[in-house]
Amino acid sequence: MQPIQSYTTEAMAEKNNLIVYCEYDEGRIADVSLELLTKGRVLADRLGVKLEAVVLGDKLEGIEKQIFPYGADTVYKIEDKRLFPYTSNPHAGALIKLFREIEPQICLMGATCIGRDLGPRVSSCLHSGLTADCTALEIGDHKDAKTGKEYKDLLYQIRPAFGGNIVATIVNPECRPQMATVREGVMKKEVYNADHKGQVVDLKASDYVEDADFVVEIIDRHIEKSKVNIKNSPIIVAGGYGVGSKENFQLLFDLADTLGAEVGASRAAVDAGYIEHERQIGQTGVTVRPKLYIACGISGQIQHIAGMQESSIIISINNDPNAPINAIADYVITGNMEDVVPKLIKYYKKNSK
Amino acid sequence: MSLNIIVLAKQVPDTRNVGKDAMKEDGTINRAALPAIFNPEDLNALEQALRLKDANPGSTVTILTMGLPRAAEVIREAIYRGADSGIVLTDRALGGADTLATSYSLAQAVKKIGNYDIILGGRQAIDGDTAQVGPQIAEKLGLPQVTYAEEIIEAGNGSIVIRRRLEHGVETVKAPLPCVVTVNGSAAECRPRNARRVMKYKYAASTSEQAGVSEVAEKRLAASPELNIAEWGAAYVEADPEQIGLAGSPTKVKAIENVVFTAKESRRLDNDDAQIEELVKELIANHTIG
Repeated sequence: MQPIQSYTTEAMAEKNNLIVYCEYDEGRIADVSLELLTKGRVLADRLGVKLEAVVLGDKLEGIEKQIFPYGADTVYKIEDKRLFPYTSNPHAGALIKLFREIEPQICLMGATCIGRDLGPRVSSCLHSGLTADCTALEIGDHKDAKTGKEYKDLLYQIRPAFGGNIVATIVNPECRPQMATVREGVMKKEVYNADHKGQVVDLKASDYVEDADFVVEIIDRHIEKSKVNIKNSPIIVAGGYGVGSKENFQLLFDLADTLGAEVGASRAAVDAGYIEHERQIGQTGVTVRPKLYIACGISGQIQHIAGMQESSIIISINNDPNAPINAIADYVITGNMEDVVPKLIKYYKKNSK
Repeated sequence: MSLNIIVLAKQVPDTRNVGKDAMKEDGTINRAALPAIFNPEDLNALEQALRLKDANPGSTVTILTMGLPRAAEVIREAIYRGADSGIVLTDRALGGADTLATSYSLAQAVKKIGNYDIILGGRQAIDGDTAQVGPQIAEKLGLPQVTYAEEIIEAGNGSIVIRRRLEHGVETVKAPLPCVVTVNGSAAECRPRNARRVMKYKYAASTSEQAGVSEVAEKRLAASPELNIAEWGAAYVEADPEQIGLAGSPTKVKAIENVVFTAKESRRLDNDDAQIEELVKELIANHTIG
C-alpha cells in the first residue's frame, strides 16, 4: 500500500512554485502547454511565486527557447532517448521524484492523451488532488464548512460536471501539489515577453528514471498530423444530432468548402457515429472562437454551448424554433437543415463574385 | 493460457440524454429523472474481456463495481453478457469519494480478489469524464497501465499487446502482465445479452437484494450458490478509513453552479429564399464571409 506522502504548504515556503508539464513531440512543445504557461504566468504573479516548466524527451537541446517567451522562470529538462515517445511509468516516476524535491504548490498539464494518462498516476502516488478538464483556473480563499479552517490562495479548479449541466469549483485544501488538467484551446496562448529569459536546469536522467520503468514497449506508432484544424478556422459549420445521418453531413462539408470553413460537430452527432471525434466541439471536445459559427441541427446542450459561445456571430439553423441554442444565436433560421444549407450555398455563390 | 480478468464497471446516471425535467426548478439536478445505466465505455471493456475469455479457455471474468447496493444491476447485466461473477463494493463510509479515494478503495478490493492477470475498465465514466480512476489504480497497485485501448490484440505468456487510439493516430504497445488497461469508446461494441444466461441468472442477487425477494427466487438462490452476488464493505477490503470516502478525498467541492448563458437578441428568419439571400448579402457586406 502506498502511504500518504503528500506535503503541506507550511513545510515548503521557499519551494512552492507553479509548474507546467510541457508536452514535447519531435522538437516542438505542444500548444496546450504554451497555453498553460500563459495562464500559469498570471496565476504565479497573483501568488507571487515562480513559474516553472518541466520537459522530458529525447532531444531537448535549445527547447527552452520555445518556453521562455511564455514567461517561465525555470525550465527543468530531463533528456533520455527512451523518454520519447511518451510512456507512462518513466514520465510519472520522474515527475514524482522531481515534485518531492521541488514541492510545487500547483501543477498544470494538458488534458490530452498524455496528460490524462500521466496526471492521475502522479496524483495517486503523491496523494494529491487532481481535477480533470478545467475550463477556468483562479486563485482564491476557502473556508472549510465543517471545520471552519481557512485557507488562503488556493487554486480554484473550475470544471463542468454532470454532462456539462453544472459547473463545479473544486479546491484541494490540504494536499500538494494542487493538480489540474486543461484541454487544448480552452486557455489562450499569448507571448509574455519574446526576450524573457529564465534559468535552465539540466537534470541527470539516471537520477530520475530507472531502467525498470521502461516496462511498456512501443511496437508501432502512426501519428498523423491532424488534417482537421477547427480551432483556428475563422468560420465553422457545425452539425448536431438533428443532421440525422452521415450522408447529410456531406451537405455541411459542401457549405464549408464554399465558405472556406471547417466542419465541426456536437457530442451527440459524434456519439451517433455521424462524424469523427476530432471534430467535436464543446467541453469534451475543442473550444472554438471563430468569427462565424453556423450551427445546423444542434439543439444546444450546455456542454456544446460552452465550447462555442465566444464565437463572434452565431447562426442557428433548426426546425425547432425553441431549440436552446437559439437563445445565444444572432440569427435563427427556422427550417430543415437539408433545405436551408443548399440555399446558403446557392446565394453565397450568386453574391460573392 | 487461462487468464483471470477483472473488469471495473460503474453504474452512472445517463448524462448524455439530459432532458428538460433533469434540472429542478431550484437549479439542482433531479437525479430521479436520469436513468441509471452501465457506463458505456465499461461495456467496451467488458467486450475485450469476453473476447480474451473466448480465446483463452478456462479464463474468468469478474466484475467489480463500487456504488450503491443497486449497482448489482450492472453485475447482472455483465453476467447476462458472459461475465462469470461480480462483486459490489458498497459501504456508507465510501460515499462522497473523489477519484483518488475511489481508486484507493477499488485497489483494496482488487487486492482482496488477489489472483488477477488483467484489470480492464472503461477509459472514463460519463458522469465525471475524468479518466483518472484507471491510472490511479494502476499506480496504487504498482502496475503498468495502457490507456486509450481500442483492441487487445493478444494476451498470454506474461504479456499483452494492445492497440491504442490517440488524438492523432494509433500506437501498438506491449506491456507485461499483470497490468491495467482502460478501453476507449471506439473499441468494439459489447455483445448483447445471451438468452440462456438471462434465464439462468435472472435470480442472481446481492446480499441486500436478497432481503425482499419472492419465494421462488429464495429457493433458486438457496439451490444455486453461483447466483449470489458478493457484497463487500470497506472493512472487508481492509481499507484505511482515512483514505476512503469524503474524508479520504483531497479534492473538495467548493461550489456548484447551474450553467446560465446570456441570451442574445436574435433575428428570426424563415426558410425563405429572399430572407436567406438577404442574410448572405449582409454577411458578405460586413466581411464575415467571402
